[in-house]
Amino acid sequence: MAAAIETYGRRIEELARAQGLDYFPVQFEEVPDSFMMEVAVYGLPVRMPHWSFGVRYIYQLIQHRMGHSRLFEVVFPGNPGRAYLARGNSLAENTLVVAHVLGHADFSRHNELFRRSQQEVGYRIVDQAADHARQIAAAIEEQGAARVEQVLDAALALEAHIDVFRGLRREAYPEFVAGQATSDDTFRQRFHQLPGDERAVAAAEPRRRAPLPPHPEKDLLWFIARYAPELEGWERDIFLAVREESFYFYPVFACQIMNEGWASYWHARLLREADFIPQHEYLDAIKAHSDVVRPHAADRQASLAINPYHLGFCMWESIMDNLGPQKAFEIRAQDDDFSFVRNYLTAELAEELKLFRYTASANGVVEVAERDINALRDAILAPKYNFGAPAVAVRGVDTDGTLHLAHDHASDGRGLDADRAARVLGYLQRVWRRPVRLETVDGRGEACVIDAPAA
Amino acid sequence: MNLPSTFSGCSAGGEDWYELFSRGARDWLRHNEKLRRAVREKLPEVLGNAEMSGTDPGRTVRVPVRFLEHYRFRLREADEATGAGQGDVRPGDRLAQPGATGPGQDKGEGGDGEGGLQLVLELKVDDIVDWLWEELELPNLQPRAGATLDDEYQREGWSRRGVRSRLDRRRSMKESLKRRAVDPAGPAFTDEDLRFRQLVTRRQPATQAVVFFAMDVSSSMRDRDRQLAKTFFFWVVQGLRRQYSRLELVFVAHTVKAWEFPEAEFFQVRGSGGTVASSAFSLVSEIIAERYDPARYNVYFFYGSDGENFKDDHDAASAGLAGITALASFSGYVETPASEDRGLDTETAGLFREQADAGRPVDSYALTSSESVWAAIRAFFRQQAVAGAG
Repeated sequence: MAAAIETYGRRIEELARAQGLDYFPVQFEEVPDSFMMEVAVYGLPVRMPHWSFGVRYIYQLIQHRMGHSRLFEVVFPGNPGRAYLARGNSLAENTLVVAHVLGHADFSRHNELFRRSQQEVGYRIVDQAADHARQIAAAIEEQGAARVEQVLDAALALEAHIDVFRGLRREAYPEFVAGQATSDDTFRQRFHQLPGDERAVAAAEPRRRAPLPPHPEKDLLWFIARYAPELEGWERDIFLAVREESFYFYPVFACQIMNEGWASYWHARLLREADFIPQHEYLDAIKAHSDVVRPHAADRQASLAINPYHLGFCMWESIMDNLGPQKAFEIRAQDDDFSFVRNYLTAELAEELKLFRYTASANGVVEVAERDINALRDAILAPKYNFGAPAVAVRGVDTDGTLHLAHDHASDGRGLDADRAARVLGYLQRVWRRPVRLETVDGRGEACVIDAPAA
Repeated sequence: MNLPSTFSGCSAGGEDWYELFSRGARDWLRHNEKLRRAVREKLPEVLGNAEMSGTDPGRTVRVPVRFLEHYRFRLREADEATGAGQGDVRPGDRLAQPGATGPGQDKGEGGDGEGGLQLVLELKVDDIVDWLWEELELPNLQPRAGATLDDEYQREGWSRRGVRSRLDRRRSMKESLKRRAVDPAGPAFTDEDLRFRQLVTRRQPATQAVVFFAMDVSSSMRDRDRQLAKTFFFWVVQGLRRQYSRLELVFVAHTVKAWEFPEAEFFQVRGSGGTVASSAFSLVSEIIAERYDPARYNVYFFYGSDGENFKDDHDAASAGLAGITALASFSGYVETPASEDRGLDTETAGLFREQADAGRPVDSYALTSSESVWAAIRAFFRQQAVAGAG
């Protein structure tokens, strides 16, 4: 099997390069289905332990048993990239998968969001995540599983709360309000921080301490890692490990439609040109392709979800046909799902694909809405804003150390689920070690404050 | 720049590294462990429906539970959600709601959904009682000695003669080895090597008990009241089981008259009419006299009621109850008051208070909610532990 796919794989690569795909080399590896399933659950081949992954694992296992989901491949961008092929794949399927993976590899090498993330996180996320897992295993040895789990409860609950625009590596906020003559004289600054005659210092340097944080801070993981009053070193390391992995996951999340579509477009195209594949295997591969990009289950008239593979695939086909390959390569480098859908999901294409927007009321009635391309794009993109999480930011820290969070309910359109929010605050309070409060709005839209439940 | 990609397959040893990490299973076990602990914290409600008379030490209760949720910030449910779909529909069409999962490639967050999955935890009743004991930090109880003694066979020593079933192979082998150490040429076994376990009879304090559960089943007892009383009774039995090797249960229901019932029917019994507690008390006294010689049995008596009793019955009930408390190791009164603020301030509670004031081992518990059941169980266990240790 390995030999056969290697032969086909090489030929597919030649075709890919001839078509202009450009990527870091990929290490392909065949793995058992059980391994594929775990990767799908954890997002990375070796990742930190947490009980919540166990729950996802069981769901995945059951879905798998019921035949609802089949994973052909997973791929991790990097230099080299890593791709895992399910051992259960037929040769035809694997040929398709290699082509698909090369599409991903090209995408992640050139897409702006991926490039930035790769530069920041490094090109070996698989190994880095394994290092994090080892580091956490060591913490468990030293601190005990219960303490480590508490920290992971908090850190993983905030997984999506990073600020990709401010980046992975960040400096601490300036301590004093800028504009002071002496503020860049580090020796004097440090000298004045020494204990001593405070009155004299105050008289000499009337400086204003900057508020903490100076602006609403979206990167909750960073803020807590940097400013929690009594965080221990190993706890900070866990927060930063989770945060680093989040920066890695962000482009995968924010470019899913584009990226899966791009890979599907290329596997279809490379396969069409792969005249070295015998007829019967070619048909098998085409069958696998149509399973992947089918709009929805065949026995249903309509689905209340859109298959991103299908949507992306159709959009790229239309772009290639109408705007040409040159422009397509540009788009794959510059856009993310937001601009991609807004700019290239045209009303005509949406109609051709039979996309629709629906409203679901609380009593369970689902109704198809009027056709409106902008509203449809919004409906597709709404779950993707802000890494898919509500906009919660640090508002301030009191003198007694109380951490104030604020939820931007205006941009999210409604308040937070109060019970869940309180539980999250409970997680946070255990690492912040001071009270934690959150402002949001209740069901009637009135401001309300949520506190962590009493321990 | 254009390095070729590499392909590696299933053969060589290098691919086994991930077999070391069965991470999904590991984290799933951890989840289950946490779940068990969570269940532990709300045991009384969870276990209200279990049968209480089973004696199999390995018996279990099956508790349906939900998966634990790792909480995240989430928006509250929208009054009207909107989403995007695909298919052959026209504006204004109404669609069937659920099962709205997308096609096969969903790599989505399996973790946060309900998905219709339910987990059933199987808990050993004995373990649960252990947890309770641990939580209450109670001492281990010695079997409570009764007034009289039972004859019981016990192992003691070895003999050279005996029936085959008592042959102690290990001991016999040892003898054989000793002999052959001296005489290596001897046969593997001789009759002289054989050792048999010996039994002697010993007089033992009686460790049996009978527990009476009497309940007012007149129309004023609601289903909720019965459930609370049943939960309490269940735990009483589990607690007593630790102290007595043999435990018998007797169920008595009453309105103006009293009847003995099998356990299975007891909690379903529904009567109508008034409440005459003395009828139950005298039936219990009769049963004790007929079947449970107080010299051989430790008697426990529990009575559940909403506290109402006919005024005219006061003297008869008082006398009947005094007759029982005089014999019983412990008597408990479980009141399920009609309103929460009125606990143990009733006619029946007064009857039991008289007995407690007279120095008899009597205690009363008001059950208004599942939390108060919990509190009552703790109080009962503590009381028993003190009595058992003293």
